[in-house]
Amino acid sequence: MAMTSVTRQENRAGWAFIMPALVLLGLFMVYPILWSLWMSLQTGKGMNLHFGGFANIIRLTKDPVFQHALSNTLIFLVVQVPIMIVLALLFAVALNNPRLKGRAILRTAIFLPCVTSLVAYSVLFKSMFAVDGVVNDTLMFLHIIRQPIGWMIDPFWAKVLIILAITWRWTGYNMVFYLAALQNIDPSIYEAARIDGVPPRARFFRLTIPMLKPVILFTTVLSTIGTLQLFDEVNTITASAGVGGAPADATLTLSLYIYNLTFRFMPTYGYAATVSWLIVIMVGILSWIQFQVAKER
Amino acid sequence: MGGLTLKDIRKTYGAVEVIKGVNLEIAPQEFVVFVGPSGCGKSTLLRMIAGLEEISGGDLTIGGRRMNEVDASQRGIAMVFQSYALYPHMTVRENMGLALKFAGLPASEIARRVDTAAAILGLQALMDRRPRDLSGGQRQRVAIGRAIVRNPQVFLFDEPLSNLDAELRVHMRIEIARLHKELKATIIYVTHDQVEAMTLADKIVVLREGRVEQVGRPLDLYDDPDNLFVAGFIGSPKMNFLKAQVSGGRLVLPEFAGQTLPLPPLRSAPDDGAELTLGLRPELFRRGGEAGLELMIEIVEHLGDETFAYATPGRGGPVLTLAMGEGRDLSPGQRLTARFDATRAMLFDTRGQRLR
Repeated sequence: MAMTSVTRQENRAGWAFIMPALVLLGLFMVYPILWSLWMSLQTGKGMNLHFGGFANIIRLTKDPVFQHALSNTLIFLVVQVPIMIVLALLFAVALNNPRLKGRAILRTAIFLPCVTSLVAYSVLFKSMFAVDGVVNDTLMFLHIIRQPIGWMIDPFWAKVLIILAITWRWTGYNMVFYLAALQNIDPSIYEAARIDGVPPRARFFRLTIPMLKPVILFTTVLSTIGTLQLFDEVNTITASAGVGGAPADATLTLSLYIYNLTFRFMPTYGYAATVSWLIVIMVGILSWIQFQVAKER
Repeated sequence: MGGLTLKDIRKTYGAVEVIKGVNLEIAPQEFVVFVGPSGCGKSTLLRMIAGLEEISGGDLTIGGRRMNEVDASQRGIAMVFQSYALYPHMTVRENMGLALKFAGLPASEIARRVDTAAAILGLQALMDRRPRDLSGGQRQRVAIGRAIVRNPQVFLFDEPLSNLDAELRVHMRIEIARLHKELKATIIYVTHDQVEAMTLADKIVVLREGRVEQVGRPLDLYDDPDNLFVAGFIGSPKMNFLKAQVSGGRLVLPEFAGQTLPLPPLRSAPDDGAELTLGLRPELFRRGGEAGLELMIEIVEHLGDETFAYATPGRGGPVLTLAMGEGRDLSPGQRLTARFDATRAMLFDTRGQRLR
C-alpha cells in the first residue's frame, strides 16, 4: 500500500523525536559492545594492541587464575542463587499471611538491604565479621564455636561470608516480586483447595509454586545474571589492602578478574574483553536452559 | 443427598455481629436461594456452611451430623465460586480430579467420575485445555464439574453467574436448573439478583443485615410479602411505595393531591389517622380495575411486549412505575387515570410490617 503524505510526514516526525536517544544509545552502547567484540580478538599490553585471532580464547584454557575465578563464580552461583530464591519464597509466603502482625514493618525490613549503600553495608559487614567482631563473639558466647572463625582469612569462610552478604542484600528484592505475584492470586483458589481437601503442604507445592513459576523463572534468571557479574562485595568486603578477592583469590570472581586485567595489572584490554564476552555467553546459555526447564509440558 | 439445619447461627467479627441468629431448615434435594442486597451476610452464611468461615454461635447440621468444627473437606459439600477459582496451571481434567486424588481414590475411579461429570456438562472436548483457554461459560461449567465429581450431599453456589454476560447468564441459569433436576441434589445458591432467585429456587431466603426477613416459595414471597423490605426486594420492576393516611375508612394519598382509594381487605381495619405505606406492584396497572389514580406520564420505555411508564401526580412528586402491557399509544406528557384492583394493594405499618 502506498504511503500517504500524512503518514510519511508523521514517520519523519517520529524518527526525529527518537533520533537523539538513538544516537546516544548507538554511541555509548552499541558501539562499545561491537568494539569490545573486536577488542577480544586483539592481544598485547596497554595501547600496544595487535590482531591475535583466537589467541585470547586459547589463553583462557591455559590461565589458572581465570579458571580459579570461573570456579569461584560458579560456586557462588550454584550455592547462593537456590538458597536465596527459596528463602525469598518462604519470606513472601509468610508475609502474605493476613494473620501475621506487623507485615508492613517486616516487609520493609527485609527489603531495606537492597537499597542500602554498598559501602556502608560493606564497612558494617567487615567489622561484624572481623575475627574479634560481633558475629564471632556471639557464636562463641552461645557455645556454637570454640575458636573464632577467620571469616576474611580462611578461603572457605570467605566464600561463606560473600554468600551471606549477597543473600542478605538481595533476598528482600526477590521477595517483593513473589509478594506481588502472590497478591495477584485469587484467594478463592485456596478456598477451593481447602474444600477439595488439599493439605497445606500440597497447596504450597501443587498450587503456589506452579502459579508462581513465571516469577520464579524471572527472578532466577535475574539472580543468575547478577551472580555471574558479582563484583561489588568481593571488591569491598573481602578486600585486603585495597585488593579484592582475598584471601588468596578465594573470592576472586570473573568480574573482579576483568577489573584486575584492565585496571590493576598491566592493562590487557583484549583479554579482558574476551572474559567479558565469556560472561555474556554463559548468561545466554544459562538463561536458555532455565527457560527450557520452565517451559510448559 | 442430605438436608441441612441451621439453628441460631451467628457470626461475629470482634464486637460486630454480621449474622444475627439464623434459623433454617433445608430439606434434601431442595434448591434454596439466599438473596439480599450487598452486605446482608448471604455470602458469609454460605461460607460458614462451607467451613471457610468459623461459626461463632449456633449449630449447623448437614445430613444429621453436627458440622460446626468439621473441616471444610469433610462436610460433604462442594462449592462453586463467583470467580470459578479454577487451578490455572492444571487442565480441565486435573482440575476436576484433584479433590478425588487427595481423597485417595484409585485412578480408574477418578477417571470414571470425571468422565461422567464431563458428559453431563458437555465438557468432553475441553478436557485437556487449561482454564485460560476457556470462555467464561466453559470455566463455569468446569467449576460445576469439579463440584459434581465429589458427589457431595450439598452443592453451594456463591453468585456463580455474576461474571457472565446477560445472555450467557440466562443460558447457565437454565443449565443449573436442569442440573438440579438431573442430580437431585440439595443446592444452596447465593445471589443478589432476584430474577435468579425467583427462577431457580424451591425456597427463597431473603436476608437483610444478617437476619432472615422471610422464607418461602418464590411466588409466596411475591404475592404475600411479610414486610416492606421483602415486598421491595422481590419483583422487577420494584413495587411502588406511596405514603397513605387512613381517613373515614379510605386511604388518603397526601402526595397525590389528596386522591383517595378504598382500603384493601384486612382482618382488622387500621385506626383512623394511621400513617401507612401503600404498596402497588407495577403490574397491577396492566390488569385495570375499579380504583384509579390521576397521573401524568413523564417517561415511557417501550420494550415491545411490555411498556413501562413512569408517572407522577403532576409536576414533581413521587414517580410511580406502571407496567402497561403493550401500551404503544402511551407518550410522555400524557395524562391518564391509572386503573387497578385496590383489593390487591398491600399496606405496611410505620415499622415496615405488612398489615393483613
